[in-house]
Amino acid sequence: MAQRTRSEQADRIRHLLETEGPAIHAHASASNARRKETYGGTDDLEALRTDARAIKEDAIDRLPELIETVREAVEANGGTVYVADDAADANAYVSDVVRSEAADGADDGAAAAEPSVVKSKSMTTEEIDLNDALEADGIDVTETDLGEWVLQVADDTPSHIVGPAMHISREEIAELFNERFDPDDPFETAEELTRFARDHLGELITDADVGITGANFVVADSGTIALVTNEGNARKCAVTPDTHVAVAGVEKLIPTLSDLEPFVDIIAKSATGQPISQYVTMLSPPTDSPTLDFDSPDEPITTGNDAADDIAETADDTGDPNRDFHLVLLDNGRTDMREDDQLRETLYCIRCGACSNSCANFQSVGGHGFGGETYSGGIATGWEAGVHGQESAAEFNDLCTGCTNCVDACPVKIDIPWINTVVRDRVNRSGEPESYDFLVDGLTPDEEGSGLDPGKRFFGNIGTVAKAASATAPVSNWLADAGPVRGLLEHTIGIDRRRDLPTFRRESLVDWFEGRGGFAASKKHAMRADSRDVGADVDREVVLYPDVYTNYVDVDRGKAAVRTLEALGVPVRVPDLPESGRAALSQGMIATADRQASRLYAALAEDLDAGRDVVVIEPSDLAAMHREYERLLPESSFERLRDGSYEICEYVYGLLENGADPSVLSTGDGAEPVAYHSHCQQRTLDLEAPTVAVLERAGYAPETSSAECCGMAGSFGYKREYYELSMDVGERLATQVEDAETVVASGTSCGDQLEALLERDVPHPIELLAPGEYRA
Amino acid sequence: MTVDTVGRFERALEGLEVGLERVAAADASERIERIVEEPAVGAPLPFEGVSLPDSVTTHPTTAEVAAARTGVTPVGFAIAEYGTVAVESTADGAEPISLYPERHVAVVAESDVVPDISAGFDRLEAGFDAGRDSVVFATGRSATADMGDLVHGVHGPGDVHVIVLEDR
Ligand code: SF4
Repeated sequence: MAQRTRSEQADRIRHLLETEGPAIHAHASASNARRKETYGGTDDLEALRTDARAIKEDAIDRLPELIETVREAVEANGGTVYVADDAADANAYVSDVVRSEAADGADDGAAAAEPSVVKSKSMTTEEIDLNDALEADGIDVTETDLGEWVLQVADDTPSHIVGPAMHISREEIAELFNERFDPDDPFETAEELTRFARDHLGELITDADVGITGANFVVADSGTIALVTNEGNARKCAVTPDTHVAVAGVEKLIPTLSDLEPFVDIIAKSATGQPISQYVTMLSPPTDSPTLDFDSPDEPITTGNDAADDIAETADDTGDPNRDFHLVLLDNGRTDMREDDQLRETLYCIRCGACSNSCANFQSVGGHGFGGETYSGGIATGWEAGVHGQESAAEFNDLCTGCTNCVDACPVKIDIPWINTVVRDRVNRSGEPESYDFLVDGLTPDEEGSGLDPGKRFFGNIGTVAKAASATAPVSNWLADAGPVRGLLEHTIGIDRRRDLPTFRRESLVDWFEGRGGFAASKKHAMRADSRDVGADVDREVVLYPDVYTNYVDVDRGKAAVRTLEALGVPVRVPDLPESGRAALSQGMIATADRQASRLYAALAEDLDAGRDVVVIEPSDLAAMHREYERLLPESSFERLRDGSYEICEYVYGLLENGADPSVLSTGDGAEPVAYHSHCQQRTLDLEAPTVAVLERAGYAPETSSAECCGMAGSFGYKREYYELSMDVGERLATQVEDAETVVASGTSCGDQLEALLERDVPHPIELLAPGEYRA
Repeated sequence: MTVDTVGRFERALEGLEVGLERVAAADASERIERIVEEPAVGAPLPFEGVSLPDSVTTHPTTAEVAAARTGVTPVGFAIAEYGTVAVESTADGAEPISLYPERHVAVVAESDVVPDISAGFDRLEAGFDAGRDSVVFATGRSATADMGDLVHGVHGPGDVHVIVLEDR
């Protein structure tokens, strides 16, 4: 796929925001809200997720063996298994089956019409473009899932794994159908459209030569395929025609029937928030169900022998002899994914779509904005990179801000942001001659190569940029705001000129702290609190992490953190520390992030050894330490840092719990409303609650926002092609909080975005809490 | 405990807008007669002393299945937690009979209503071991939101009734 230019991409996103955004947002956000609610009401959710993940890990590990097991089982049932290497192989096989089946039917005296196939929704057949291949062979193909059928009529592509036509509104469908089918009374309601579809598709199903389905799961040892639907069309396609072809990726195999249980229990919860889907069909074809022969409508469907009515007695191992079944297991890159330490997790995916629904960007522009040949949103980067190659994943991969909203949504606990980071890293490197085999080599710890996009290089090295800008402030600020410079920034690295740039401070937090006497002075302040008996009953010392933004731009929140800790009896150090690697990770510069993580750990090792606590203000930096460092540091170093580092308000909460007196803080009157927006990564780390608790203890009445994050306001939102998208996402949040007199936000990007949209100050909660009146 | 389980089943079905009636085996035929809308087709009921009313055609032709407004079938077991009935793919056509007509009347023995999905899987596994290895968990009514709003009765029934045989 040719890369679009920035302005082409900007135009396309603007177009999608206008055309597909509203319908997608309505559906995806509703599914997401129901998922959250259902997850919340499921007692054993974590156990289910853990089980589901463990079963997938095991199954992918044993994949070659499971393929042999299922082959034996299906053959014993009287069916056939075909393992297809790639799309062409699978398509040719299915086409052969359909043509020979239709030829057999014709011998029986039926009219020699075009062979016909009815299909139930399957992303796997989308992946291999099966419909096109069959049609090229003169086979008539009809999708029976209503959403898929709408797309077929509209000649469009799916924009969502679960709701393929989610981007088309009822009005648009009615218009399309009225034009195409020219009914006597034009269609208007969903009811009318559905009834028409049911009748129209019903006839096609009864006339079809072959039914094709996908499979949500395939149970290896019994040869059972599990199909999950709400409409009931998968069952009809599978059992009405006497030949059934199921096409499934090899990753759908699970060992035994009991392994199916957690998936049956969780798939609908994650996909749509339903407790269970309407139809979970478990078929071990060929089945005993009699075939319905619509060419001989007056034949009884059964033998009519009541003596055989006992269900147990009619069951046998070979099914109705008139039935034929083919299981096509598709490889198409999956074996290579299994060998790839970074992409392997993708194969655990059960394609529930929860990752897309929980994604703020996806909710705004839908899957077509995410691109990809077949799969879109969330986990699609992994799928596209695996089955269609990196090129296909490159473009839309850029829309992942790494916010981690999807991490808690995924029923099999896939670290989707990490997969996006890895693929981004590989795409970054793909301009280099020596980068041919990253897909299997995994990560290489070299420095970033010369092929890197200048914008990525800029944002990935934001620490260096900030340092220079701070050193030259206010000249740098003045320059940055000047028209010609903005034009240059937009032109060279794509920073949208409508976006306010951060104002760099001449005096960094580290300098300020040194200037007021460093650790010695801090200790004095803390001891004063202790002597007045208002401090916490602990003997701790804190190393406050001066992230790039706190150090050079929002220095005030750093000062507020220092003053708060001291007032609660804890002395603070603010050393000049290396970057965390967060910025580099966001740009997919893993080698740079890896180096920075090691440097930061080395710089903190002595403090950790001395038992000092590392306190972090910026949630995304804390998330790097608590999540991504697991991939970057040796295990013991990672654990050490994770266990010794805290988010600022979480830490304050701990101090209050240990006896510190909240009245030394700036307190409210007990009822003062405060709108609080946590931060996506902070929420994933379960750190929203401590901030809320601290605000309450200090006499405020915090209300938390429920909107998905505005993470687009980070470096993503600065980029010209994403400016509108970033505003669209941000608006949803701003609308939620705008009525509150005081609005606080923990994350830099959230705060920036809110300040731009609300046109007022949006401090970090610690600034509200710090002694000495923030608003003064 | 069975009573509680059936109560739980009933509440789950209520949420799905599926009616549940408890009847004694002796009264089942008459109750089914009242619920079916004709023409009706059915799969023979394997419960002793329970037979389908005469108005329900057993061993139907393909045309009769296609034209029927109601399909009556036994179900192997039911899962109270989710309001699920397990329809087996048997040679007497329970699967198409439960799927094609607009209304499905599912008949289950009280002793076959299990509390939760895990107990349901125990039953499922026992059935698989005995060779009954094609089963549909049907929960509520066929539904879609693909046409812009939630609509019931798409490819499957839009109307479901469950009859629990109390003394079985
Ligand atoms: S990655 Fe997880 S959340 Fe996303 S579709 Fe796959 S299973 Fe669902």
